[in-house]
Amino acid sequence: MNDMTPTREQREAKLEGMGCKRKRVEDIRFTQGKGNYVDDLKLPGMLHGDFVRSPHAHARVKSINSEEALKVPGVLAVITAETLKTVNLAWMPTLAGDVQMVLADGKVLFQNQEVAFVVATDRYAADDGINKVVVEYEPLPVVIDPFKAMDADAPVLREDLAGKTSGAHGPRKHHNHVFEWTIGDKDLTDAAFNKAEVKIKEMISYHRTHPSPLETCQCVCSFDKIRGELSIWGTFQAPHVIRTVVALIAKIPEHKIHVISPDIGGGFGNKVGAYPGYICAAVASIVTGKPVKWVEDRIENLTATSFARDYHMTTEIAATKEGKVTGLRVHVLADHGAFDACADPSKWPAGFFNIVTGSYDFPTAHVAVDGIYTNKAPGGVAYRCSFRVTEAAYCIERGMDILAQKLGMDPAELRLKNFIKPEQFPYHSALGWEYDSGDYHTAMKKMMESVDYAGLRKEQAAQRAAFKRGETREIMGLGVSFFTEIVGAGPSKNCDILGIAMFDSCEIRMHPTGAGIARVGSKSQGQGHETTWAQIIATEIGIPADDIMVEEGNTDTAPYGLGTYGSRSTPVAGAAIAMAARKIKAKAQMIAAYKLEVHEGDLEWDIDGFRVKGLPEKTMSMKDICWAAYNSVPPGMEPGLEAVSYYDPPNMTYPFGAYICVMNIDVDTGVYRIRRFYALDDCGTRINPMIIEGQVHGGLTEAFAIAMGQEIRYDDEGNVVTGSFMDFFMPTAVETPHWETDFTVTPSPHHPIGAKGVGESPNVGGVPAFSNAVNDAFSFLGSTHIQMPHDYWRNWRTAKELGVFA
Amino acid sequence: MAKTHVTMKVNGAEVEGLVEPRTLLVHFIRENLLLTGTHIGCETTHCGACTIDIDGMSVKSCTMFAVQAQGSDITTIEGVANADGSLSALQEGFRMMHGLQCGFCTPGMILRAQRLLKENPSPSEEEIRMGISGNFCRCTGYQNIVKAIQYAAAKINGVQFQEAAE
Repeated sequence: MNDMTPTREQREAKLEGMGCKRKRVEDIRFTQGKGNYVDDLKLPGMLHGDFVRSPHAHARVKSINSEEALKVPGVLAVITAETLKTVNLAWMPTLAGDVQMVLADGKVLFQNQEVAFVVATDRYAADDGINKVVVEYEPLPVVIDPFKAMDADAPVLREDLAGKTSGAHGPRKHHNHVFEWTIGDKDLTDAAFNKAEVKIKEMISYHRTHPSPLETCQCVCSFDKIRGELSIWGTFQAPHVIRTVVALIAKIPEHKIHVISPDIGGGFGNKVGAYPGYICAAVASIVTGKPVKWVEDRIENLTATSFARDYHMTTEIAATKEGKVTGLRVHVLADHGAFDACADPSKWPAGFFNIVTGSYDFPTAHVAVDGIYTNKAPGGVAYRCSFRVTEAAYCIERGMDILAQKLGMDPAELRLKNFIKPEQFPYHSALGWEYDSGDYHTAMKKMMESVDYAGLRKEQAAQRAAFKRGETREIMGLGVSFFTEIVGAGPSKNCDILGIAMFDSCEIRMHPTGAGIARVGSKSQGQGHETTWAQIIATEIGIPADDIMVEEGNTDTAPYGLGTYGSRSTPVAGAAIAMAARKIKAKAQMIAAYKLEVHEGDLEWDIDGFRVKGLPEKTMSMKDICWAAYNSVPPGMEPGLEAVSYYDPPNMTYPFGAYICVMNIDVDTGVYRIRRFYALDDCGTRINPMIIEGQVHGGLTEAFAIAMGQEIRYDDEGNVVTGSFMDFFMPTAVETPHWETDFTVTPSPHHPIGAKGVGESPNVGGVPAFSNAVNDAFSFLGSTHIQMPHDYWRNWRTAKELGVFA
Repeated sequence: MAKTHVTMKVNGAEVEGLVEPRTLLVHFIRENLLLTGTHIGCETTHCGACTIDIDGMSVKSCTMFAVQAQGSDITTIEGVANADGSLSALQEGFRMMHGLQCGFCTPGMILRAQRLLKENPSPSEEEIRMGISGNFCRCTGYQNIVKAIQYAAAKINGVQFQEAAE
């Protein structure tokens, strides 16, 4: 030993492993404009495709005339449903078991539906061509209000389903009905309501909105006729799933399909599904023999690809006079638009909405969800959400506040009274889930102490008194939210997509010099996987994170994975990474034992290598083991040092958190001021606190947008009235509040490193916190529930309805 | 459509090209000059992903024609790094303060911030927030972008960067 020997702390620090605020490796290229996004790709001879779209929400397509369009300089082809029928692709299957028109086949069912695909030498020529395609429509009556969709005399939307009394998820009750999904014990729940001392019932809507990542959906398809191979570069959150879908519907052998997701400019659920643009670009490449690029513009993105939410939840809670909940009953009217294109695991038509019992010990509950068709864009994606968990959390967190109001109890006190207790974990919920771990009381109390909850309530009481005396026109609201999420889909016993179990995967290959590559089945869209995945490996095998390259998104090189959405990457892929690293470590231990001439069991792990127990000088570093793996492995052992792990999680993970929003509203203008927003998250083991904080900031900002104004709204004729960033609320740095973050750590007992996932928590917990703040502010004036979004105008209107201008 | 010859200075180099009168500047930059760091997020001047610097002003290049930039002096993200290739104070600040996630808004955000710091070398948090309000970010919630700009301002001004307490 000499003075140059690094200390244990220095050796730990050099790894930049788990728990370290490692700076992101991605940022080197992103800050210099050297990211590689789909639209940056330019292939020789590449063509551009763009859509003719329907101006009508519901109309019969009488004719499509492409004659003039084909005369436009640069226009090479106009593809219609008739063209697609020749290759049996006019319709495509959705992930939800429905079918969807790729191009209008006889009729259109929503405004901006894809009608024809114009292929040209550049994007300007394609646009010229679009303007020359003549489509003759015969408008039909529209169904926009979901509550009128199942009226007896409602117009028939899906003529292709005529006579079909059952769909992918069981019987259909009406021509505009998609499915009914029920769960829970109805009789027991009815009985609980029959003898309840206190009951609440409220229709709580979670309006239609849109993930709108800054980069829209796009792809480049290139078909090589000689080899019979199709290459697709696209904004895919789940590239392997896209490859399998293409193989199934285009009948191209799966090994001849190369799907590549390069850098992705945000996803938030928008980029999970398969869209007509992908199919049309692929067909156009096959037809023309040239690469074809399709890039959505913003209006197309907002109006045609994958809305989120649109859940209308009639919520009932039964309780004792003391405020102990005894039953929960929810009926959801789920507006799926023109086609059921939800991106949920196949057996879950309403996602994991049955997490709706939330953080509370409900003895019984019953949920029924009716999916319906309307003349709106298809989708129902999980916008920064794990499959309807956001809707469920909003439902129960509003419901608990409404119950507190009815009982005259403090909402925080009501929650504390009903929380699942730490000793009840693993907890079996009334709607069938097994919560892995939690300590809700500690998190809630930490939040309440951090913000001086009691002091805030006193201040609110004083403010209300002053308002009633006419001394102020501002009202004050406290929005408490305590959410439990269900993420990490998912165990093969209950989760698959198109029959493929929702595992994830990692392959690690260590090179002779002690550096290596990890290929993972997940796909970052900004989450920083290249940084954090290397941190897991660094801690597991003692190689510095800087020496591990992480690669995702290339289906030829990455092991099969189900992709990144629903906060599943850390719970599933993160586990696969740890398990693959442990296989590397196990082999490394055998090599080290051989080299050190001891028994394997005589070795112990020490930060970055093995040492002989009791002989701390006798060591072999992982770096040296990597070298030995390529020249002197034990007799009979295969050389090399690599491992693959496919991880089928035994359970979901259940992150949770305690949020509070403090808000003042000026009743004369409806203008709100977010005074404070505090978010405590428990996502189990924390891999990179800097990235977690960034995820929380971003998710809270999206929650703020949704709760306070962001909406996809239609007029009575089915015109989208919020179809651009002029009308669709996107918060800037000026409106966005300051975020305070905090945490507790309750590791997942079943995850190899105890991590639970965090990306969606702030959206799931944030929306109810904002909405509860607005509702809490107005509650003393006599309101019970005000629907989102809570923009200035609606706040002013609420104040007016409550008579404050009298 | 007849094409027009345009010349301009981009990142210090004289460039030229033939464009249709309707060609948007952002398309000329991305597709003719192959400088793909300038991004397109909305095409309606709202999101700011296409922000570049033209003759000392921040401009959204998705709503300007290439021919309108004739003879101008343009900086894009590819021209922001220091002469020795190291990250500029702003680029470094964005990395150090975790001021980016997906990276799509980052080039426009950095170009805007660079001009903001020339207009106002020591902006307050409120001035920074107002100064970047033409640029959307969907990932970060802006808080760390504000810090990144404060970090860069401190570095440029030669003072110690003090992160504000939560």
